[in-house]
Amino acid sequence: MRGTRTTVFRITVLAVLVLVWEAATWLAGSAFFPPPSTIVTRMHAMWFSGPFATLFLTDAAIGDILPSLGRMALGFAGGALAGVVLGLALGLSSRVYDYLDGVLQFLRAIPPPALVTVFLVVFGFGLRMQLAFIMFSIVWPVLLNTADGARSVEPLHLQTSQVFRLSRGERLRRVVLPSALPKMFAGLRLALSLSLIVMVFSELLPGTTNGIGFQLTSAYATFDLPAMWAGIVLLGVLGYLLNEVFLVVERRVLAWHHAAQQVVI
Amino acid sequence: MLEIDNLSHVYGGGTPNAHHAIEGLNLSVAAGELLCIVGPSGCGKSTLLRSIAGLIRPTGGQVRIEGQVVRQTPDNLAVVFQDYSRSLFPWMSVEDNVALPLRRRNLDKRQRQEAAKEALESVGLAGAARKYPFQLSGGMQQRVAIARALAYRPTLMLMDEPFGSVDAQTREDLEDLVLQVRGHHQMTIVLITHDIDESVYVGDRVVVLSKAPAHVVGDLKVHLPGPRDQISTREHPDFVHLRAEVGRLVRGHATV
Repeated sequence: MRGTRTTVFRITVLAVLVLVWEAATWLAGSAFFPPPSTIVTRMHAMWFSGPFATLFLTDAAIGDILPSLGRMALGFAGGALAGVVLGLALGLSSRVYDYLDGVLQFLRAIPPPALVTVFLVVFGFGLRMQLAFIMFSIVWPVLLNTADGARSVEPLHLQTSQVFRLSRGERLRRVVLPSALPKMFAGLRLALSLSLIVMVFSELLPGTTNGIGFQLTSAYATFDLPAMWAGIVLLGVLGYLLNEVFLVVERRVLAWHHAAQQVVI
Repeated sequence: MLEIDNLSHVYGGGTPNAHHAIEGLNLSVAAGELLCIVGPSGCGKSTLLRSIAGLIRPTGGQVRIEGQVVRQTPDNLAVVFQDYSRSLFPWMSVEDNVALPLRRRNLDKRQRQEAAKEALESVGLAGAARKYPFQLSGGMQQRVAIARALAYRPTLMLMDEPFGSVDAQTREDLEDLVLQVRGHHQMTIVLITHDIDESVYVGDRVVVLSKAPAHVVGDLKVHLPGPRDQISTREHPDFVHLRAEVGRLVRGHATV
C-alpha cells in the first residue's frame, strides 16, 4: 500500500518537473534548449523507430548505443574482476596492505581524465585505449572496498574456521569472500556509475567512429541540438536503468546481509 | 584425555602493562567426563579455553590431548562459542553451517547433509535446516552451533560460556540439551561458565579458578542423583550444599 503510494508520488513529481521544463523551454524559445517533447520525438525517430526484427532499434541506435554499452560492459567486467581479485589478495595480507595503502590512495586520487594522454601515448587511439582507460578508472573503488571488506572479517568467524580446520581455499571461498561481499558491492556500484562516465569521456576523444559520446560530439559539431540533447537524456536513462538492474542483483546476492541487518535494528 | 601442565599465559609480556591471565595451572580431565570450569569474571577462563583449543599459544607450560601436545587446533576438538550470532555464518543456511566443517571429514555431499540433518534433529531443530541463522531466536542459534559441534563428532567439546547470552528459560533448556546429547555421544565436555548453579547442575566435576592470574583453587566431584531435573535437582540438599561451597571458593578469591 505504501509502496504504490510512493510510486504514484514519484511519477507525479517526475511528470510535474517535465511539464515545468516543457513550459520553460517553450517560453524561452531558445534554439539551445529544445523542449523535452522535441527531444523525445527526436530520440524516437533517431533510435527507436526501427523494424520489429531489431527490437525497434534503428541502424543509428545499433551504431551509437550498442558499441557504447559493449565498451562499458567489457571495461566494467575487466576492471571489476581485477579489482576483486587484487582486493582479496591485498586484504588477506595485512602487511602488504599496509605497505601499499599509500600508493593505492595516491593512484585512486588521480582524476582519470588527467591520465588520458598517458593512455594515448601507450595505446594510441581506439578501442584498446578506451577499454584500458575504463578499466583503470574503475578498478580503484572495487579494489579498495574489496580489500577493506576482506580485512574486516569477524574475528570469531576466523576462529571458527580455525577450530573446524577449514583449508585455506575453503576459508577464502566460504568465509572471507562472503564477508567481503557487502563492501565489494558498494565498490562495484560506484564503479558502475563511474564506468558510464569514463565510457562517454573516452568516446569524446578523437579516433572514435561510433558510440553515444561520438554521437554527442557530431551532433554538436553539426549544430543539431535536439540530437545532442537526445544523447544526454539517453545517458541519464541508461545510468538509471543500469543502477536499477545492479540493485536487483545486489538484493538477491546480499539477501542474507540485508535481512540480518534488519533483525539487528 | 586432557592434561594441562603448569600452564601460564601472559599478554603483552615484557611491557609495563603485561597481563598475567593464567599462572601455574594444572588440570587433568578423564575421557567421558563433563567438567565445568567456573571462576570470577575476567579471571582468564577464555584464555584457558583458547589455549586448549590451540587458538593461542600459551607462554608457559603445555596442554596435551590424548597424549599429544596441542600446537594448533587438534582435529578431534570442537568449540561452541558464547557469541553464537558471530560464530555462525550468516550467509549460509542452518544446514550448510552445520555441514561446513564436515568437508574435512572425507564425506561426500549426501553424507554431509545427512550428518547435518541428524545433528539438527538431536538438538530439536529438524525443521530449521533450510532457514538462515537470522531467522532463528538466540537460543535456537546456539542449538545450531551445538549441532555443528556434534556433527563434527569430536572427542573433546569445549563450550565457552555457551549460555551466557540467552534468557533464563532458554538457558535451562540448553543445559538439559547438553546433558541429553552427552548421553548419546561418547565425548568429553569442558564447559566454561561464570554461573555457579549451572556448573553444579551440569557438571560431573566442578573446577574453580582464582581471579587472574588464574590457577585452580577448588576441584569438586558432583554426586547428584540422576537424571538431573531443573526443579528437583536444584532443591536437593547436596546441590544446595555444593553450590554454596563453589560459591564460597569463587567469592573468596574474587574479593581478596
